[in-house]
Amino acid sequence: MELLNLARQAILIPAGIQDGDIEKIMSRLLSSPVDAADIYFQSSHSESWVMEGGIIKEGSYSIEQGAGVRAVSGEKTGFAYSDRIELPVLLEAANNVKAIVRQGQDVQVGLVNAGNKSQYYPVANPLKSLLEQQKIDLLRKVDSETRKLDARIEEVIISLSGVHETILVANQDGSLAADIRPLVRMNVTVIVVENGRREQASMGGGGRSDYHYFLNENLALNYGKEAVRQALVNLEADEAPAGNMTVVLGPGWPGILLHEAIGHGLEGDFNRKGTSAFSGRVGERVASDLCTVVDDGTLQGRRGSLSIDDEGTPTENTVLIENGILKGYMQDKLNARLMGVRSTGNGRRESYASLPMPRMTNTYMLPGSHHPEDIIKSVKKGLYAKNFAGGQVDITSGKFVFSASEAYLIENGKITRAIKGATLIGNGPDVLTKVSMVGNDLELDSGVGSCGKDGQSVPVGVGQPTLKIDGLTVGGTSV
Amino acid sequence: MQNQEEHTALKNTVQSLLDEAKRQGASAAEAGLSQENGLTVSARLGDVETIEHHCGQGLGITVYFDQRKGSASTTDLSPESIKETVSAACSIARYTSEDAFAGLPEKDLLATEFPNLDLNHPWAISVEEAIALAVECEDAARNYHAEISNSEGASVNTHQGIHVMGNSLGFLHSYSSTRHSLSCSVLAQRGDSMQRDYWYSVSRNAAKLDAATDIGKKAAERALRRLEGRSLTTRQCPVLYSAEIASGLLSSFIGAISGGNLYRKSSFLLDALDTQVFPEFVHLYEQPHLKGALGSAAFDGEGVATKGRDIVTDGILRSYVLSTYSARKLGLHSTGNAGGVRNLTIDTGALDFQGMLKQLDTGLLVTELMGQGVNILTGDYSRGAAGFWVENGQIQYPVEEITIAGNLKDMLKNIVAIGNDVDYRGNVRTGSILVERMSIAGE
Repeated sequence: MELLNLARQAILIPAGIQDGDIEKIMSRLLSSPVDAADIYFQSSHSESWVMEGGIIKEGSYSIEQGAGVRAVSGEKTGFAYSDRIELPVLLEAANNVKAIVRQGQDVQVGLVNAGNKSQYYPVANPLKSLLEQQKIDLLRKVDSETRKLDARIEEVIISLSGVHETILVANQDGSLAADIRPLVRMNVTVIVVENGRREQASMGGGGRSDYHYFLNENLALNYGKEAVRQALVNLEADEAPAGNMTVVLGPGWPGILLHEAIGHGLEGDFNRKGTSAFSGRVGERVASDLCTVVDDGTLQGRRGSLSIDDEGTPTENTVLIENGILKGYMQDKLNARLMGVRSTGNGRRESYASLPMPRMTNTYMLPGSHHPEDIIKSVKKGLYAKNFAGGQVDITSGKFVFSASEAYLIENGKITRAIKGATLIGNGPDVLTKVSMVGNDLELDSGVGSCGKDGQSVPVGVGQPTLKIDGLTVGGTSV
Repeated sequence: MQNQEEHTALKNTVQSLLDEAKRQGASAAEAGLSQENGLTVSARLGDVETIEHHCGQGLGITVYFDQRKGSASTTDLSPESIKETVSAACSIARYTSEDAFAGLPEKDLLATEFPNLDLNHPWAISVEEAIALAVECEDAARNYHAEISNSEGASVNTHQGIHVMGNSLGFLHSYSSTRHSLSCSVLAQRGDSMQRDYWYSVSRNAAKLDAATDIGKKAAERALRRLEGRSLTTRQCPVLYSAEIASGLLSSFIGAISGGNLYRKSSFLLDALDTQVFPEFVHLYEQPHLKGALGSAAFDGEGVATKGRDIVTDGILRSYVLSTYSARKLGLHSTGNAGGVRNLTIDTGALDFQGMLKQLDTGLLVTELMGQGVNILTGDYSRGAAGFWVENGQIQYPVEEITIAGNLKDMLKNIVAIGNDVDYRGNVRTGSILVERMSIAGE
């Protein structure tokens, strides 16, 4: 209940909106025979600070607030939003969206508080968790400590950002749910130069927490150290090989493999429409029996975690693949209803100005039994990819890419030379069938992921143990 | 007339932001405001799927206290919010550092002429008409061939906006613009092979959009021709970038000569001014005042006048792409490119697409790229690709699950020909581009 009252104070009260007004808007929406309707209020305060060239170069503060009104009938959706949270504007929006169905009737709605089952992050305002001067001091300390690490460092760019977001969602059954979502992120980019050759690398992290997160265990300073380490490795890197070969992926962020290769293809909308390479394949083998993959929105404080999704549904730990067998899809309310299943709490939207869709939260593979060193030892010739930049997938053909930013050759069971970054390409429905070893070293990423779909960006997490894949195409230049 | 009043009201809002900044002690300020309305309607499998009404607004301000700077933005345009937003920006400027290069543009670079660029053509389309148009477009795709098996739908999108930009040097200007599009995405299936592709048309003026049926048919053709794609063996060969993706090569080049990457020394083209970066036949230039074009504007994101100018002539880099800040860091003047280049154009050769295939002779035609594997600092390039294998100038079969790789510095220098099959749909106007040799990784 406390969250709901906080959300009312943050969004509704300043706008002069009472619960009775929400009932009026909802009654207006339901005066057409719709299957579902919701009103989504959001208020988001964010800031970012950038240090570059040894000075605090930029700072910005942003307030975004508004409401989105949606009515759904069958497969049809009507949607309108406004930055103005005002009763006449929202009633007009309701009139526009309910035109998705034509006939009318009179309905009265009474609101009930949904209440949150569990909360996976503190009700914190990260922006106020440090004084401005403390934020500046943190940036300066990371800058000066990082610059001391190596004489070859030419430039250090550090960014620090925080978001304090409050959402409140009213559903057609009158339930009212709220969430307060902190999110912080820090990033260190380093440019190094040696004998005229320049390379760069970035490292960062964050989560649903406040800025104190970065002070724990010298986390912020370690981002700098790690960025410098990777940049120096890249100074030594040779041309990457081209062709199909055995690939060992390191633990943690390389789990972007799972996000691209299978995650998107298992989102409910594509499968309801039959446009995914995984459509209609529940119960079939899509991975080797070493692979169990979950999407888990309930991890404490992770970047991809949510206590409730943007439709008010509590998030879950959803098993996608169990011992190689496809178990199910990630669902929002619309697609769950049309497929005759229940929502898995994956209905997410970038903001009030966008429609919700099935989206991932934290997607990762459970650990196996192999020691990571034994996995490397088992490879005669191949690639060890430790860090990645980004990825993309065509969910219909199943083809996916992800780009390595730190990689090494494996020769006769040993990691030998560093090689330049390269894009890896594979086929989602069969890449996991080629997983022949799974490490016992599950790691989640450091909290840097953002996922784009239909132009909407949302924060996500990935993770995996060390994995060996018997054959993936590596896009280097050395033929 | 009503439109005139709206412009005046929004300009007054921006002026009040600038006044408030001055009142709060800022020595200089710049502010921008946008208000947009729109409608997106999509149809799938012959019936309406979504109707989205857009109504958005936002304003942003940057204040300077001598050489210290702070920024803030909000979606709430009320007078109280304006005060709060300005004080948020001012409060930030108390903590940022003195930066000798920070500040407003030089006054004599600000735009003083505002030609009518023909950017505003509101589309009075009703929801019902938009549904009918989307259905017509998708029907054309679905009825094109028996192997068109499914659809992601067709959508009609119309947007209209007013944009205001002002600064404390007395610059205050507004303009209206529109943007309309029609797109379609369908699936083709043959046996186990399932492929999806799309096509779209976009214009400032709805009357200039391609016919709905043509867009639908083109989407269907593109999905069908990808069926039963296969990988290639790893090799080196010439690569022809089709016109709709060739713009990406030029955008990467622009990234490498943009001020931000240059002053950070994060470009593979450091100190390349007045050197050969393309073959001699390449002429690359900006046309910011092109009437009705998608990239046109009289001034850039800082109010600096845009002007038509050469970037590359005879293959030699003649000018960087600079904002006020990056120009000062490099000891140069703004080129009116805060916010990027506008209607970047490359002179084409005499060959049409068929002619380009003949010139390719035997090699790879790339029609789709995946992933972000472009490193602007080193020029290293490695991306997922799909397209067609070509022999003797004839398309042989579709290709997928391969990568193409090289280094941009070499790729740009090794451009062999530029087709006259120009894609006018974006901010970069180029035909297909043939690169002499790249590494292909496959099965």
